[in-house]
Amino acid sequence: MDDLERFRAETREWLEANCPQSQRLPTTPADQYWGGRKGEFPSEDSRLWFERMRDRGWTAPEWPEAYGGGGLTPQQGKVLKEEMKRINARTPLFSLGIWMLGPALLEYGTEEQKQRHLRAIVNGEVRWFQGYSEPGSGSDLASLQTRAEDKGDHFLVNGSKIWTTNADKSDWIFCLVRTNPDVKKQEGISFLLIDMNDPGVSVTPIELISGESEFCQTFFDNVKVPKENLVGPLNGGWSVAKALLVHERKLMAEIGSESPRKVLSPVPAAREYLAFRDGKIADGQLRNDLVRYEMRMHAIGLTHFRTFEERNAGQQSAAPLTMKYLGTEAEKEKFELLLAILGSRGLGWEGEGFTEEELDTLRMWAMSKTMTIAGGTSEIQLNVIAKNVLQLPQANQSAKGA
Amino acid sequence: MALVFNEEQRFLQDSAREFLNKEAPVEALRKLRDTRDSLGYSQDLWRNMVELGWASIILPEAYGGLEFGFTGLGVVMQETGRNLVASPLFATAAVGASAVLLAGSEAQKEDLLPRIAAGELTLALALEESHHHNPWQIATRVEQQGEQLVINGCKTFVLDGHSADELLVVCRTAGEADSRDGISLVRVPRDAAGVSVQRTVMADSRNAANVSFDGVSVPASNALGALGEAADALEATLDRGRVALAAEMLGSAEEVFRRTVDYLKERVQFGVPIGSFQALQHRAAIIQTELELARSVVMQALSTVDEQPRQLPLLASLAKAQLNELIKLATNEAVQMHGGIGVTDELEIGFFLKRARVTMQVFGDTGFHRDRYASICGY
Repeated sequence: MDDLERFRAETREWLEANCPQSQRLPTTPADQYWGGRKGEFPSEDSRLWFERMRDRGWTAPEWPEAYGGGGLTPQQGKVLKEEMKRINARTPLFSLGIWMLGPALLEYGTEEQKQRHLRAIVNGEVRWFQGYSEPGSGSDLASLQTRAEDKGDHFLVNGSKIWTTNADKSDWIFCLVRTNPDVKKQEGISFLLIDMNDPGVSVTPIELISGESEFCQTFFDNVKVPKENLVGPLNGGWSVAKALLVHERKLMAEIGSESPRKVLSPVPAAREYLAFRDGKIADGQLRNDLVRYEMRMHAIGLTHFRTFEERNAGQQSAAPLTMKYLGTEAEKEKFELLLAILGSRGLGWEGEGFTEEELDTLRMWAMSKTMTIAGGTSEIQLNVIAKNVLQLPQANQSAKGA
Repeated sequence: MALVFNEEQRFLQDSAREFLNKEAPVEALRKLRDTRDSLGYSQDLWRNMVELGWASIILPEAYGGLEFGFTGLGVVMQETGRNLVASPLFATAAVGASAVLLAGSEAQKEDLLPRIAAGELTLALALEESHHHNPWQIATRVEQQGEQLVINGCKTFVLDGHSADELLVVCRTAGEADSRDGISLVRVPRDAAGVSVQRTVMADSRNAANVSFDGVSVPASNALGALGEAADALEATLDRGRVALAAEMLGSAEEVFRRTVDYLKERVQFGVPIGSFQALQHRAAIIQTELELARSVVMQALSTVDEQPRQLPLLASLAKAQLNELIKLATNEAVQMHGGIGVTDELEIGFFLKRARVTMQVFGDTGFHRDRYASICGY
């Protein structure tokens, strides 16, 4: 038996002995423990399960032990995931700190930042949320306006962040702020950590038409943020954000079917609706379609970043002219993929027998067909590329309609 | 980390393009093929490339390197892809140098890297044992006998295997045939007793070989790093190779597409340039959209090597899979859109088509990398 197999056997035995039976049942959003100063355990068993996993560093199994992590190799981490999946063990701690901020700190953080924040994340003591979007900056993220002025020993932060999920239940925010307004847009952005307890921070929930208010707007009014809360270089926040793209894609895979969400995403949907064998989706065709789509979205995300960087470097490329075509075609592909993953559960039109999400998926699938029509059809987009990028000779205009 | 080239890199790009257009156009590859050149590349050209610092482009200055980082290598690989340049650049400067950097001891680095930089040492990674890429399916054994290592096994698809000074042999001291345990990297001079090399003539007129090791004995100090513990370094080396190759493939795809679009503007049928037909315009435009995605992916993968090695496995598989699909589309469409002349040997499009098929197999085909990407993401 090699080391990895021995690890698997030991892990299996430990999980059997330590994962309470109630923590092996499917999770609803109400069963999730998100930690933090305001965190409450949904049940005594969930507390027990969390504490046992925490004590081994297995809330963040692959982080270094020096920061409270489990110190597992990627191979061991995979084994642990597989063994947890085998008994349907719940995720003991839901945490944007583990899934998003932590990897960024490991990559870009100072030793002091790692010491200060990572263990608190592993131990569930601090709940983090993300602040990127602003009321005036949606798709055009680099245009963000929240200012962080250099005041010597601290930054003075003013502005607001929108769509900050569960900000009212969280302790700290990691966010992008403008530290230099006088240079090209993304060269003046920094990645900053802010304590919600700081004077001047306030949160207002946003009520949605569904009556829920999971999203918030977070306001910063002359908030003093110590210099040591800057992650990565000053004005280097754009690179940190790009790196987080990868973690965001992995996050979709990690939270899986346990995620509270409004719109189904292909990877979590696959976890919920498809059979797995040895940690892989058993249906090879669907798995291939899914990974092809995910890679495409990864590439499209990077291309968005590239167009920003090119614009600011004063370079021109054809990328911006291709994005509408690529983005809307991918969106259609996503809903076709979701229908394939949901099978007959994705075909409900209304009424009983289907979840709200399933019904929504079908409606949105139908809606997605408009995307490659509205705002210039895909065919018009290709005409534009042929003419403006490739400079191909134009035929009789009346016959081409472009 | 950047998705655009900086000034230094753009300068490198311009000078590389100028140099290669003059010294190594596609015509040079045709000549190597038609004269059945025994080496498979031009030694004069390689000497010039070494003088330009390309052999050491990723190496730290401390080892005589240019220290331009992997993005610098990517710039040059793209340009060699444009002209289908045959040289030891990939096997030695990208893969070999990375293996030494990642697996070697300090003493080995001090010994080997300056020699690579000076063009005095070429390397070939002897990895594959079957006709599909599978880095852990290694049956080749290495045994320590006193101060010597004895190697037995057979390798195939060894790039530059018939010309490199030394082979970096992937072999195992222990473990099952599909496990990472016991994986070792051992340097073996190509002319050592017991090594037999059979050059294979491949579709792309480049260099590969089948190599067998029959009781080959080398000093124990030839193992890169600790014996039996090279799996992680090998995986990172392969990822670097995948990214470098993706950059080469991007250059090839851009060039074959440029030639195709030019042809669409020149070729007249029914009294008009065929590029005015919407059926062809849309197919060409779709390739342009795929090229844009590929460029972003390659740029990010290159800077990931230097700046975020933890993310490299995901990015390397993304880059290789995307470029495999792109180069297949771009070369197939190039042939079809050129029509009859596209299938003649006279036109150089065929060289791009054939080189593409080889690069698609090196270090993992699309299926391999989709599986790996999905596995890393946990599905």
